[in-house]
Amino acid sequence: MQSRILDQFRAIVGKGLITEASQLHTYECDGLTNFRVLPQAVLLPTSTADVQAIVRICQREKIPFVARGSGTGLSGGALPVDNGVVISLARMNRILELDLPNARIVVEPGVINADVTQRVAPHGYFYAPDPSSQSVCSIGGNVAENSGGAHCLKYGFTTTHVLALEVVLPDASIVHLGSRVVDRPGYDLPGIFVGSEGTLGIATKIVLRIVKKPAVIQTLLAAFNTTEEAGAAVSGIIAAGMLPAAIEMMDNLAIQAAEASVHAGYPNCGGLLLVELDGPGPEVEHLIHEVSGICTQCGAWEIRVAQSDAERAIVWKGRKAAFAAMGRISPNYIVQDGVIPRTALPRVLSEIERMSAAEGLRVANVFHAGDGNLHPLVLYDGRIPGQEERAMELSINILRLCVACGGSITGEHGVGEEKKMMMGEMFAEPDLDTMQLVRCSFDPEHLANPGKVFPRTRLCAERTGPYTPHPLEVAGVAQFF
Amino acid sequence: MRAANIEEAVEGILPHMVIEPGTPQEVAATLKIAKIAGLKVIPRGGATKINWGNLLEVAETGASLILSTRRLHRVVEHAWGDMTATVEAGCTFQTLQQTLAEHGQRLALDPLWPDHATLGGILATNDCGALRIRFGSLRDLIIGITLALPDGTLAKSGGKVVKNVAGYDLPKLATGSLGTLGVITQAIFRLHPLPRESLTLSFSTSDNATMNALVLAIQDCNMVPTGLQIRAGSASPPEIDLRFEGTATGCEAQIDQTLHLASAARRIASPPDVWDAASKLWNTPGPSVICKFSLLPSDLGTFLDLIQETSESPHLPWQLVAQAVGAGYIRLEAPNIDVLAPALVPALDRWRKKLETRGGSIVILRCPLPFKSKLDVWGTAGDALPLMKSIKARFDPTRVLNPGRFVGGI
Repeated sequence: MQSRILDQFRAIVGKGLITEASQLHTYECDGLTNFRVLPQAVLLPTSTADVQAIVRICQREKIPFVARGSGTGLSGGALPVDNGVVISLARMNRILELDLPNARIVVEPGVINADVTQRVAPHGYFYAPDPSSQSVCSIGGNVAENSGGAHCLKYGFTTTHVLALEVVLPDASIVHLGSRVVDRPGYDLPGIFVGSEGTLGIATKIVLRIVKKPAVIQTLLAAFNTTEEAGAAVSGIIAAGMLPAAIEMMDNLAIQAAEASVHAGYPNCGGLLLVELDGPGPEVEHLIHEVSGICTQCGAWEIRVAQSDAERAIVWKGRKAAFAAMGRISPNYIVQDGVIPRTALPRVLSEIERMSAAEGLRVANVFHAGDGNLHPLVLYDGRIPGQEERAMELSINILRLCVACGGSITGEHGVGEEKKMMMGEMFAEPDLDTMQLVRCSFDPEHLANPGKVFPRTRLCAERTGPYTPHPLEVAGVAQFF
Repeated sequence: MRAANIEEAVEGILPHMVIEPGTPQEVAATLKIAKIAGLKVIPRGGATKINWGNLLEVAETGASLILSTRRLHRVVEHAWGDMTATVEAGCTFQTLQQTLAEHGQRLALDPLWPDHATLGGILATNDCGALRIRFGSLRDLIIGITLALPDGTLAKSGGKVVKNVAGYDLPKLATGSLGTLGVITQAIFRLHPLPRESLTLSFSTSDNATMNALVLAIQDCNMVPTGLQIRAGSASPPEIDLRFEGTATGCEAQIDQTLHLASAARRIASPPDVWDAASKLWNTPGPSVICKFSLLPSDLGTFLDLIQETSESPHLPWQLVAQAVGAGYIRLEAPNIDVLAPALVPALDRWRKKLETRGGSIVILRCPLPFKSKLDVWGTAGDALPLMKSIKARFDPTRVLNPGRFVGGI
């Protein structure tokens, strides 16, 4: 990068400009480490004005930029682009305002997810979206990815909890999307910005909704011989008209890994179900008995209810550490994030088992069973030539299976760099072209995180074509994708 | 296709024809032809809210047509095991709920006029009611959409699964866009189980401050009401309705807790159909002005104070139904609009200023036609208006759809 431009950047952020190769390596990838690109420079602004000044230079010089939070993303969304800069929001980490009567909190994008809950917990509130990385991931990153978590079954995703944003657009203007009051007249711009994976601009201030802590929380652990039995119990719970705060499932391989890693005390079984109910005390008491009865009917041979907050924390620690724990049982792994209609679970699980056996690669399954979000972990040994490629192929085939069942390629990790080639399998060209209309409204020059999410770069001058049915539609397999 | 009847006029403009396509593909093809022919298109569902928005920007000589979703009325699929439903835009809300109830489920939404309003129209106007305090608004319930665009594209976004972050969230963009970006032909929703029990209790409060304090106190404790509504008027003190759903024991425990909290209020018998109060607000024989307002929940009391103050002289009788999340409708009786207009305009201006400085809004939904031409029904759009216009220009560059009716003249 020309020193003239670097000087201009330095004038904005001073020591918050990184150009040393050794330091740049920290930023060459996010949580998806098999994609790496060294950025030209990394900038660490401390204010909205800084971000605006940086983007103004990028706009003028046509330098692509990638915004980055804590770098925990699992789809390569924060992967730097060639000839581009990374704008890290890590130093914009102040909680600006807490409005308890209206249950709102205003934060900068670098604030850590768990710190929001920590700030409001003394008042009996919490911030509901709880990705497993919540102790390190940032709100800005959550906004970009529309992060979920185990409790989004009941409480919704990041987008449910973002009321308004201050955003620096790729043309360096500052705009305010939404309002801290509901139903602002106009298009739902927070709705389109949240989950746009950094392709529409950079959020510099975010108004979040916080939620009152439920009166009672109870967590039940049920051990089954198979994931099919556990799956039947999930169906039974839903059919009984209950909406638990979370329903999580782990298979034997995932349980082994979690045990080796954090000793959560899980029973050694073929399918483990973790059901959390919250709400008014008498209601939770009543429903936990019902859940317990349904599990027993479906073949559960051990049922435990966590008796204290400490016990509950340990139960969840095992689940939330499941990805990282894979390192205990396999040198390498690929985590996927497919979603299926929940009723397709038995069919998909047995098909994954068949595919896993055919490839000779182990697949551990951890999932948000209540909403059909699977996290199949394909285990492999990168030292064995060819195994990584086969593992990637297998994980892609699992996603294809999800799409064929009427599901999605990603429930919470985002498309990013990793799955952009899969978008064409889920959406037809006119669908993608229509999304591109939004992109071109915000970022006609494709400076914000270019090359991500979409399978090919569409120019904003290109015209969209008439409707052509998706191949899956023609085959009568899927009606609506 | 047929000629429009005189009753089908939209805010004084009689469209030249009505087209009722039978498939989403026909909707897209109709739009494409309209675009080429230079016709303006007014999408229409049940026509219950067809007059919402600014006056149509159709020149005297300009031709327009109504694109009705009447024939797109099917519940395409109720995947009850997955708790999702796929519905065509012209399906009425009531038809959908009846279908879902067969498997003990519902779309957890309570829009205006459920027997006539269609899902397409409800989405386009982002209409929701009391249930949103527990289940969120439409943006939290819609998971997939099919949109027909003016260039003939039929585009899908989202899908059939509750959790899905693949691509931009167009269902949210279309929700509340008043048919200015595309015509919704189909939508997919997440569902909730029908409640086992439902109990309502009501209170009367002495003044606005007491009412607001109680509404905030209820939200600041760990009860989970599925409705928290405020009714007030020039002739009556503010009343609060509260609804709990779930197991009988859960409801009873929360009612006990409420009675303890509400010691400053007087419990009253809940009027029948109290949760239809918002719909009923519109049933008025004489001319009236009806606005939607949104505000911070903590500003409800002072807003009511302001309404009282500004409606005393000249006397403007009013009635209001609000939801505790911070949105509601207010009706002002205007038997003689010409006489009242000089008082009404400054009053609305004052309310709007007060709400907008705190992030809220006032949108005028119903008013006598001559009055409407003198007003911006939407209020200030803020610094994101250029962005909204840019989105409109990409989706509908020749302004085929509902021209001029939306925020900032979009």
